[in-house]
Amino acid sequence: MKRYTKDHEWVELEGDIAVVGISEHAAGELGDITFVELPAVGNDVILGDPIAVVESVKAASDVYAPISGTVKEIHSELEEDPGIINTSSEGDGWICKLDNIDIAEFEDLMDKKAYDEFLKED
Amino acid sequence: MGRDVELIFDKGAPGRRGSSLPAMDVPKADDFPEELRRGAPPRLPEVSELEAVRHFTRLSRLNFGVDSHFYPLGSCTMKYNPKFHEKIASLYGFAALHPLLPQLRRGGALTQGALAVIYETERLLSAILGFEQFTMQPLAGAHGELTGVMLIAAYHKDRGDKDRKVMLIPDAAHGTNPASAAMAGFDTKIVPTDNDGNVDLEVLKSLLGPETAGIMLTCPNTLGLFDPNTKEVCALVKEAGGLSYCDGANLNAIIGRVRPGDLGFDVMHVNLHKTFSTPHGGGGPGAGPVGVAEHLVPFLPISRVVKRQDGTYTLQYNYPKSIGYIAPFYGNFAVILRAYAYLLTLGRKGLVRVGENAVLNANYIRARLAGKYEVPYDRFCTHECVISASKQAKQDVHALDIAKALIDRGFHPPTMYFPLIVKEALMIEPTETESKEELDEFINAMLEIAETAETDQDALKNAPVTTPVSRLDETLAARKPRVAE
Ligand SMILES: Cc1ncc(COP(=O)(O)O)c(C=O)c1O
Repeated sequence: MKRYTKDHEWVELEGDIAVVGISEHAAGELGDITFVELPAVGNDVILGDPIAVVESVKAASDVYAPISGTVKEIHSELEEDPGIINTSSEGDGWICKLDNIDIAEFEDLMDKKAYDEFLKED
Repeated sequence: MGRDVELIFDKGAPGRRGSSLPAMDVPKADDFPEELRRGAPPRLPEVSELEAVRHFTRLSRLNFGVDSHFYPLGSCTMKYNPKFHEKIASLYGFAALHPLLPQLRRGGALTQGALAVIYETERLLSAILGFEQFTMQPLAGAHGELTGVMLIAAYHKDRGDKDRKVMLIPDAAHGTNPASAAMAGFDTKIVPTDNDGNVDLEVLKSLLGPETAGIMLTCPNTLGLFDPNTKEVCALVKEAGGLSYCDGANLNAIIGRVRPGDLGFDVMHVNLHKTFSTPHGGGGPGAGPVGVAEHLVPFLPISRVVKRQDGTYTLQYNYPKSIGYIAPFYGNFAVILRAYAYLLTLGRKGLVRVGENAVLNANYIRARLAGKYEVPYDRFCTHECVISASKQAKQDVHALDIAKALIDRGFHPPTMYFPLIVKEALMIEPTETESKEELDEFINAMLEIAETAETDQDALKNAPVTTPVSRLDETLAARKPRVAE
């Protein structure tokens, strides 16, 4: 089950690993994504740190770490084909995977229902 | 591609020449080393003089500039640049000046006029904006920002205040602000905008502390709004030990009305190529002079132009606390010269009317477009108004489509999708140099587009259709740029 942040990132757990991406809403707002800057594998990140940059024809935006941890794997395919985020932002368009995570931080994030409510208010 | 954009290489015929030259009557140089010779003759266009002239004349007619069209590109202040400035800048005594001349023996005496222009422009800007001194060195707005935040860093370092690493930047800021702060080594933190379009004071207070190096505030802000709490923001930052930077790209709205130095700003850049009417359609050159309050003067970049007791001018370099060189020579001198001419032609009264008319024009557009377009912060704006295409977006007509449709109607598109906090943003800055008739034509085009958005979306989605090439695939161009061909 995915959890979401107010900055429109999502996290999903695969065992002890957190998969991170940007929400469908965020991808829709950005429009066609033209460039993704990925973090370095092995980087330690703290909740709220900028970990990646996504650029579209409209804007460049930071992606913030939705959870603390260590970058274990990055989705290098995005460098060649950033459009994957547009076609499947919450699936094949994941950005990176983190380990050494703190489950409590995950629990604090919004679930899908709360996130949808948040979008409505926004 | 249409004939209009054919390359000159595709024209003419092999062997065709612009003029016929007589046979060579000097010996051919044969002692040129083999390895330095090219294998084949260079590929040059082979056209007649008339073909060359027609080619470039046709291209020049496709050009889009403020001399030919209304250019309401928000945040860029595309005002008309009086031709008189060009005349001044091309005066032989200025135009033929070599930048090394002042460095040569007796060169100082030969360059008094040029040094006086730099000095006097500095003094005028200091007086108009309420700062102790200005440096004319920075070569663009963003370069001025970088210079300004480097001055802030030097100030804290000089005081041994090592922990001040955080630069606060409102979420409405131009992208160059966080970029400049990052380049100067600061961490940036975002300050949100409140529902009225001002800095969110409560959040600002919570972000201030011993790590605060300063804040970069655009005044008026990029929503085209003057934040009534500006003084308070500067005071709060000062209380926390930080400095306040004013991004003066939007100075056109307030020039002569309020002095940013009096509001509490410690450092500010202005864009001569916006407010001070120096040309900038082709991407440069620009100039981003930086003004500072007294406590930052020791850190200003070198060189400095100073006035001696006897009224002559000289260049000085001996400032131990200076951040050093930030540009070659003395800044973009010919740009400074045009701005100086502008200041002198307008004078004190004229300068105030610049802002008044810029603000009047923007509010006229805002008031007439409200209703058909959403105006997200519906209050008096300053020199530009930010509207949103959110109503049209419901019919799948977006800010981009409206911008492209304006091209077909003979107008340069407004700035789009900026500031980032406004969805479907269109940022319209008419400037003071447009007549009411021109504004009316633009407004009528915008209203007609809004109507078309309801009845014939495809007509807008296909725009522009009057240009040599129509809708370009911007996504593909960004994803797979082919820059070498
Ligand atoms: C608000 C704002 N700040 C800074 C800049 C940067 O100025 P320049 O383009 O001269 O580097 C701009 C330019 O468009 C701007 O609009």
